[in-house]
Amino acid sequence: MGAPHAQLVYQKLYSEALAKMEAYKDKPIVRVGTASCGIAAGAQQVKDDFVREIEARGLDVIVQEVGCMGHCYAEPLAMISKPGFPPICYGYLDYGLVHRLVEDFLAGDDPSYEYALAALERNDVFPTFEDFPRGVYEEKIILAQCGLINAGDIDQYIARDGYSALAKALSLKPEQVLEEVTASRLRGRGGAGFPAGVKWRACLNAGGDEKYVICNADEGDPGAFMDRSILESDPHLVLEGMAICAYTVGSSQGYLYIRAEYPRAVSQVEAAIAQAREKRLLGSSILGTPFAFDLEVFQGSGAFVCGEETALINSMEGKMGLPENRPPRPTDHGFRGKPTVLNNVKTFAYVPSILRRGADWFRGVGTPESPGTAVFSLVGKVVNTGLVEVPMGTTLRQLICDVGGGLPKGKEFKAVQIGGPSGGCLPESALDLSVDFDSLRAAGAIMGSGGLVVLDQDDCMVAVARYFLEFTQQESCGKCTFCRLGTKHMLDILHAVTTGQADEESLKLLEELAEDVRDGSLCNLGRTAPNPVLTTLRYFPDEYRAHIEEGRCPALVCRELILYYIEPSRCSKLCNVCVGSCPTEAIFTRTDGLKEIDQEKCVKCDNCRKACPTEYSAVIRLSPPLLPLGK
Amino acid sequence: MKLSEGEKEVILDCVEEVLHSSSKNREGLIPILQKVQIKLGYLPFLAMELIAAGTKVPAVDVYGLATFYNQFRLTPPGKHQVKICLGTACYMAGGDITLESFERRMAIKAGETSGDRRFSLGRVACVGCCTMAPVVVVDDKVEGKVSPTRVDGIMLALDDKTGVAGAEEPA
Repeated sequence: MGAPHAQLVYQKLYSEALAKMEAYKDKPIVRVGTASCGIAAGAQQVKDDFVREIEARGLDVIVQEVGCMGHCYAEPLAMISKPGFPPICYGYLDYGLVHRLVEDFLAGDDPSYEYALAALERNDVFPTFEDFPRGVYEEKIILAQCGLINAGDIDQYIARDGYSALAKALSLKPEQVLEEVTASRLRGRGGAGFPAGVKWRACLNAGGDEKYVICNADEGDPGAFMDRSILESDPHLVLEGMAICAYTVGSSQGYLYIRAEYPRAVSQVEAAIAQAREKRLLGSSILGTPFAFDLEVFQGSGAFVCGEETALINSMEGKMGLPENRPPRPTDHGFRGKPTVLNNVKTFAYVPSILRRGADWFRGVGTPESPGTAVFSLVGKVVNTGLVEVPMGTTLRQLICDVGGGLPKGKEFKAVQIGGPSGGCLPESALDLSVDFDSLRAAGAIMGSGGLVVLDQDDCMVAVARYFLEFTQQESCGKCTFCRLGTKHMLDILHAVTTGQADEESLKLLEELAEDVRDGSLCNLGRTAPNPVLTTLRYFPDEYRAHIEEGRCPALVCRELILYYIEPSRCSKLCNVCVGSCPTEAIFTRTDGLKEIDQEKCVKCDNCRKACPTEYSAVIRLSPPLLPLGK
Repeated sequence: MKLSEGEKEVILDCVEEVLHSSSKNREGLIPILQKVQIKLGYLPFLAMELIAAGTKVPAVDVYGLATFYNQFRLTPPGKHQVKICLGTACYMAGGDITLESFERRMAIKAGETSGDRRFSLGRVACVGCCTMAPVVVVDDKVEGKVSPTRVDGIMLALDDKTGVAGAEEPA
């Protein structure tokens, strides 16, 4: 029978993969991070430079493409492993640095430590990532292999115990696998935190022989890219998780719903599926057992609402992506009307580790109610932007100040926006809040998909609220009146506030509308759309009042409420930088040699202020927009 | 918009080819529309009507899909496509100001194509390159830290590619 057989077949695959890796062992390897983020920073060029430089010297070095390590601030990145040295990661690469590394390190013996970011293994000569504050807090489960393995080579995944969890699952009964997942208390990482075990059980109990497993990779949240990164860097992890789920609930067909805006993720996953089929890890008689399961990619077409499960299913069925009333839940009546498990990329990515290391281990990470880790894309006004994975229960302060390295340029922290358009803005006082599903919800934000944007003194909270509402308003599918029209009215009010045309009454109306939209919408897009507005109203009422009562934007952002002015006492007559920087030719030289801005022509693009040398800092913003007397 | 006979023929061939290799039912509809758009650059009404006939789905439903999803466009794109990222990080870094600079320079609004079809300007929710904000995607190449003063440089580079004063480069 299948049970012990699966392990045997797996052992064979594993030793083959290991043997293949063994061949690499004595050779130097350069691994260039070429996920979308790396490519945007020029990683493809860096890789070509490495290949050319290495060939020019006739060196025997392997150059590989790997995914994203999460240290996006230092892109383009590469890791060099050379026998006799610890593997070392280098950042901020350009042609000059590549040339130097090849000449000194690969051809010579000088690892050029002055350009190294960190080593990847403990050693006596150079610190590792774990020795930095970020490494102390980070605990990588699903990102552990991102950026270390070549996503295009399934053997690299298998050689690191990949698909061993599937082999183990196949030697157990589905019920036993389900018990393990339930005992781990894994909660769905799509945002709402619904227990995965409960969802799987509902699907298992639903009966019928046609069931589906769908992976939701419709990551539409502006400013979040962890799903993309996982799919590009370690696609097999997700495929393995889905296969285990399919075995558990009794499904033989699965789909990955991936945004069309992620072409690289789509191609990496399709290549991974093809390789897994070749190795008999997908398709019929997986690992020599009777279990059959296959996967296909469905490309989403750019509708944010399709992140909602019923809308996603409608979209896959070739309909408009409108959400439906629940119940019936997709686990009873899902894709093609059949029982369907729909989980987020990250949720599936946890499953292999849980089976391999056990539910007890998983529950030991994070908090009792939210076990495991949280993955965030850390962006905005923070030094070390990138992808981070920390245990649930880490405080926001640790996340921003230690993992993220604090705010750049000594700016003052103002707020942190969590969970994207459905989340909220939390102030300084909430920084000691622990990051988990329940405490974030209590504070008015949500875990959401994991976007975390740090805002400083130069960001206007009203403008931030308006930005997110503008997004949800555009993405509202139009099914529910409150979401369709309510968000529009709210947006109009916020426009009025940021342009100084609102009054005291409008804030009351805004709050009422926010509550109505929340209560009167069917799906989570509408129900959470008011969150950015409600949290900014709750934590930053003074900023709203300054806009309304004084016509002043405290952060000097709202363009209708500021003007640009060149302070004559600071302006150097000899410098012309601001004149050249102006895209609309609004700055001119007066007869006395000082510069002045023609307010009629000024579009408030901030270029002149950035261009003005810091020793003068003569270009200033004034709010309310009134020129100093005598002008 | 009136199509020339030549254009009609291209559309007919394209739709026929895509339909031939696809499952002709409602579930296959979105992939079909995606494939046709990749080939033609947009979804002309004629193509939607042909797809509707081929899949036996009412034309109004095909039109509904094409207008519901952001990915589909009903007008031909420009020769050069400039997309401004307005994800959170880019917006905070002044992406909207960059967008305005392009709008001014091209004399069109976001979502439009210039009259000579040389440029189209669009916005994109997030390209996942938040560390390089504000980001602009020019013909699939990601440009980071685009300030309004860099807009002129990017436009000049595009002008060089197409030849000055709108002269079309030989196909």
